[in-house]
Amino acid sequence: MAEKVLDVKGLRKVYGTTVAVDGISFSVAPNEVVGLLGPNGAGKTTTINMVLGVLEPTSGTIKVDGDDLALYRSQVLARTNFAAVYAPLPGNLTVYQNLHIFSLLYGVKDISGHIERLLKRFDLGKFRNTKCGVLSSGEQTRVGLAKAMVNEPHLLLLDEPTASLDPSVARDIRVVIHDFTAQGRGGVLWTSHNMHEVEAVCDRVLFLSHGKILLEGNPKTLPQEHGKANLEELFITVAREPLSLEVL
Amino acid sequence: MNFTRVFAIVLRQYYLIRASFSRVLPLFIWVAVDIVLWGFLTRYLTSVTASNFVPIMLGAVLLWDFFIRIMQGVTMAFFEDVWSRNFLNLFSTPILVSEYLAGLVASSMVTSLVGILVMIFLAVTVFGLSFLSYGVVIVPCLLVLFMFGIALGIAACAMVLRLGPAAEWFIWPIPAIISPFVGVLYPITILPHWMQAVSRLLPPSYIFEALRAAVKHQVICWPAILGSIILAVIYILLACRYFVATYRHAVRTGLIARYSAESLS
Repeated sequence: MAEKVLDVKGLRKVYGTTVAVDGISFSVAPNEVVGLLGPNGAGKTTTINMVLGVLEPTSGTIKVDGDDLALYRSQVLARTNFAAVYAPLPGNLTVYQNLHIFSLLYGVKDISGHIERLLKRFDLGKFRNTKCGVLSSGEQTRVGLAKAMVNEPHLLLLDEPTASLDPSVARDIRVVIHDFTAQGRGGVLWTSHNMHEVEAVCDRVLFLSHGKILLEGNPKTLPQEHGKANLEELFITVAREPLSLEVL
Repeated sequence: MNFTRVFAIVLRQYYLIRASFSRVLPLFIWVAVDIVLWGFLTRYLTSVTASNFVPIMLGAVLLWDFFIRIMQGVTMAFFEDVWSRNFLNLFSTPILVSEYLAGLVASSMVTSLVGILVMIFLAVTVFGLSFLSYGVVIVPCLLVLFMFGIALGIAACAMVLRLGPAAEWFIWPIPAIISPFVGVLYPITILPHWMQAVSRLLPPSYIFEALRAAVKHQVICWPAILGSIILAVIYILLACRYFVATYRHAVRTGLIARYSAESLS
């Protein structure tokens, strides 16, 4: 069996007396898209921040391609990338400049050629010399995704990547992410509140509630396994009546 | 140390300055105004006292501006990340804290060079300042002021990282607060004892004393200069340690990811 792209064990984050993430364990395999679902405040972004190395866990381990993030931070982060609506790229730099700088930071080879391919893939060619701050929110999201692909990461973390996109562009982005997992060996950890999208994109989902993984399984079969009509109904149950579901 | 990542920080600063007149102008306008103001004051004092104030007064102002340029060069590069809320993007890349700090210092060296060249051009061509009058002592003096500027710049960045974007206003007055203690324009012996005690902890104090001694008495006090170099190195190490500790605190508490909130309470 191929080595897991992401292997999280006993991950816990406590702020004072508040337990944000409560000892969760999960993994992402190569070519797999895993959905991290849950209501607001469930611990999704806290988990992603810990995997990104910008938040230190209280306990637990995070391994990417078998390398411990705590021990090999720089090497691990060189193989990881992310996009999130709450982390736009500097608005006072152009699309090309931002991609250039992040290419240097991630140690990308053949920077010019690689940026050209990304501009084409995300239909950003006409915005090459436009400052990111003047782009629409959807265009900024595409630039953020282009930045997330700049190092062809093994592990891609996407925190609501299609939240500000129109349905047409959102579908294009889903195709790009699908191609990413199909062509390379990368794995994706994806958070979204769009359950139709999750069902279409994710191979597996994890339902998080109050910092714990409540449910895990195939998004196409999981609702029926718990007596729900669809993923959205299951989500609402997790958000409103988590105790009615068995904790994993 | 990965120099490509250090270069990325410098390149970012170059891109920003190249595209913004409001970033280009401050590189030299305030130092030019300072030199003109102090240049004419020096010329006037020289004419009424028959002493040459140019190397002592104008030279000292130029060197102090050099220190301020270096310090603010570091903090300005850091503030770009504060203003654009870029910490989450930046610190989730493979960059090490040491590489980031090296990038800030390198950015400062490049941007400060512009201001320093303008200062030297004005001081030499308009007001007749000659660096030859200082002799070889000018080299360690510049080195100490450079190192102390780096140290205070890094410490200032750590302070803003710890206290949030609103702490920016703490940073700008730092050189003005320090200047009375280091004796830029007067010997520190005229200061009260408690201020002299503070002066002895600040490397530039020894530098300005050494410059005055070199110009007035053609004496170079090498032990004091060497001591100030060692002191400046200690300040750099302490500043780096402070920044690293602050960064680790920010990662432990989650402040890096929620920096705009300024605190997590």
